Amino acid sequence: MEMLGYTHAHHEYRERLRLFLEKEVTPNANQWEKDHIVPKSAWRKMGAAGFLCTWADKAYGGQGLDFLYSVITAEEMMRTQQTGLVAMLHSDIVAPYIDSFGSEEIKKKYLPGCVSGDCITAVAMTEPGAGSDVASIETTAVEDGDEIVINGSKTFISNGINCDMVIIAARDPAVENKHAAVSLYIVDDGTPGFTRGRHLEKMGMHSQDTAELFFSDCRIPKTNILGKKGDGFMILMQKLQQERLMSAIGSVAGMELTLEGCVAYAKETEINGKPLSKLQSIKFTLAEMATDTRMNRALLDAAIVGHMAGENVIAETMMAKYASSEAGNLMADRALDLFGEYGMLEDNELVRSFRDVRITTIFAGTTEIMKTIIAQSMGL
Amino acid sequence: MFELTKPQKEIQKAARDFAKGEFDKEIAYELEMRQAFPKKIWKKAADLGFLGIHYPESFSGGGLGILENVLITETFCRSDSSIGSALTLATSASECLLRFGGEEIKNRYLPRLAEGDILSGRALTETQRGEDFRNIQTTAEKRGPVWIINGVKQYVDNGGDPDTGLYIVLCRTASADSSPEAGLSLFLVEADRSGLTLEPVGKKLGNNLTATARLNLNEVEVPIENLLGNEGAGLTCLEQYFDESRIMAAARAVGNASGSLDRALEYVKGREQFGKKIAEFQVSQHKIADMATKIELARLITYKAAWHFDQGKPDSSLSAMAKLTAARTAMEVGAQTIQLFGGYGFMTEYDVERYYRDAKVIELQDGIKDVQKDIIARSVIGKIR
Repeated sequence: MEMLGYTHAHHEYRERLRLFLEKEVTPNANQWEKDHIVPKSAWRKMGAAGFLCTWADKAYGGQGLDFLYSVITAEEMMRTQQTGLVAMLHSDIVAPYIDSFGSEEIKKKYLPGCVSGDCITAVAMTEPGAGSDVASIETTAVEDGDEIVINGSKTFISNGINCDMVIIAARDPAVENKHAAVSLYIVDDGTPGFTRGRHLEKMGMHSQDTAELFFSDCRIPKTNILGKKGDGFMILMQKLQQERLMSAIGSVAGMELTLEGCVAYAKETEINGKPLSKLQSIKFTLAEMATDTRMNRALLDAAIVGHMAGENVIAETMMAKYASSEAGNLMADRALDLFGEYGMLEDNELVRSFRDVRITTIFAGTTEIMKTIIAQSMGL
Repeated sequence: MFELTKPQKEIQKAARDFAKGEFDKEIAYELEMRQAFPKKIWKKAADLGFLGIHYPESFSGGGLGILENVLITETFCRSDSSIGSALTLATSASECLLRFGGEEIKNRYLPRLAEGDILSGRALTETQRGEDFRNIQTTAEKRGPVWIINGVKQYVDNGGDPDTGLYIVLCRTASADSSPEAGLSLFLVEADRSGLTLEPVGKKLGNNLTATARLNLNEVEVPIENLLGNEGAGLTCLEQYFDESRIMAAARAVGNASGSLDRALEYVKGREQFGKKIAEFQVSQHKIADMATKIELARLITYKAAWHFDQGKPDSSLSAMAKLTAARTAMEVGAQTIQLFGGYGFMTEYDVERYYRDAKVIELQDGIKDVQKDIIARSVIGKIR
């Protein structure tokens, strides 16, 4: 049963993308994992082939395609065994801020580069003292004539090293209400006062450049704002929905891939003279994994349909994000059991998935934040 | 019944003091990067008598039981999961020598293991699954006064470490035709025998301070006395060995889980979000409560299994229950600890992610969950008509 209205053109796009990734991306995955970063040229190749910001208007060099193309891209990227060329973050999380809340001038300046991959983007909300508690950010933005002066530090920023521009959340210290004090600004790479801190070592997602960013009397033009002054918190809350939906798409696609790998392994591996798949415990384990995957797929697809129709699917999206990330972790864990000791070797690609998925219950809003919002949606 | 004896508490304290003085997060990080064994700490631990505490004193051991070994292991792994594991696996599978070897060969190697002169490695598995005993292809053939061994072993711990002195190798000594499991025997193979080569398997998910390698045995010659236990008794010996090794795996897991909880507690009491300490949120408190409860259960069953072993009543089912429960606990506690840490939990800088990776390796070694459940079920259900 297909809930999403994929057309022939969508399928064709998926095929084209899959071939591209098999040739240009997957063969580099191990090297990028070692390097802890993806070369900028990989982003430009993705852009040149038409796989970044597919939704962007033709006026900005885009293709004006629907959200299903973003879904397809996110799903197919999960097959590449790397997390550094994180198209969904760039195309479907960061660039939409510019599209929705940038001035015409800003859109003209940045969107064509987002589409071509010449402008790699990042968004910086999290600070050492402000994780789940976004409103308690301490980075300040103070007006000085035609300029904004930014001071503060951000951490855990994906694309933190590679980014050509970063959208940052900062507060006006003169405004007392902590939600009303937040605005979003664009800071270009190379702006004096904007420096990188440590390139952070992580449990997984090794090919992704996660970094600390520092701003010290960093001056940007006043026009580098998204929305109006004080809109920052509202914009973040609005845009976090798609971010969480993207996260759920990644989790479900990851589960589907893991299931595929486990079923194949169980069929081809013999133990004490019998295929693993003939053991009742293995059959039931795989049946449970398949059921978990389908339940999460159903919840996700319903949220995608609602999201595309512009309906209020906040609760469903939070549920999909929370459920699929938790289920994805459980599944990555159970998958290794199937392999026994071979499940502890880095050679086994499911070990990489096991390390990578651990963050999915934390990033883009923790499971606890998701549950808080779901409870709110029920008037609790 | 529910209290350790005074000497046992003293051992625990000595292990805690040693770990506090010698183990260090930065050292563990650096060793993991290089996939290197904590050699200096191992030498010191041996000097202080922490290795082979369960060997008789006549072999430079502590003359104590496996419960004491559990206490040391748990304490070490709690203080640092990877360093602790590496130290306790320094004498990996040496229990096969201790329990089944002849006096002379025991005398030759057990003191060297206890004194931190050599490491030992376990070479049992051949296919991807450890319990696949029917498929053991490595052969030992008797030629006059010697045995000639040929075959390939996977996942050999301490494999290829320059300090490794011997391997415990499972071989087929009789045809698999009649009873595929009856023709197996255990051998001690010295690391410097000619025809023996090792290939590293690369990085592992966790437990990276202990080397893992593939062992190739090509016409390796060992004397008769290197046969451990009777010819054809390999599987029976192994079953007894696993009764002990699973308790030790459980001890590592209990230590790992306790170490995660220690770090979680420190973090939630220090970190503030939304104007409160993380520890002040009811949901965090309940998480901590669940974690502590699971650890207590895992510890109790591990101690009980160890106690049984020391009473001369080893219980395969209880050992399997302890390993199953403790490893799962380490995984669940590790996952919740990372969750409580938020983004920091995913960063290498905070070692809770390493604990979680190490926990999974414990769960995958010494038999996966299904293997433990098969053993428990066999014992609980008994014969089915």
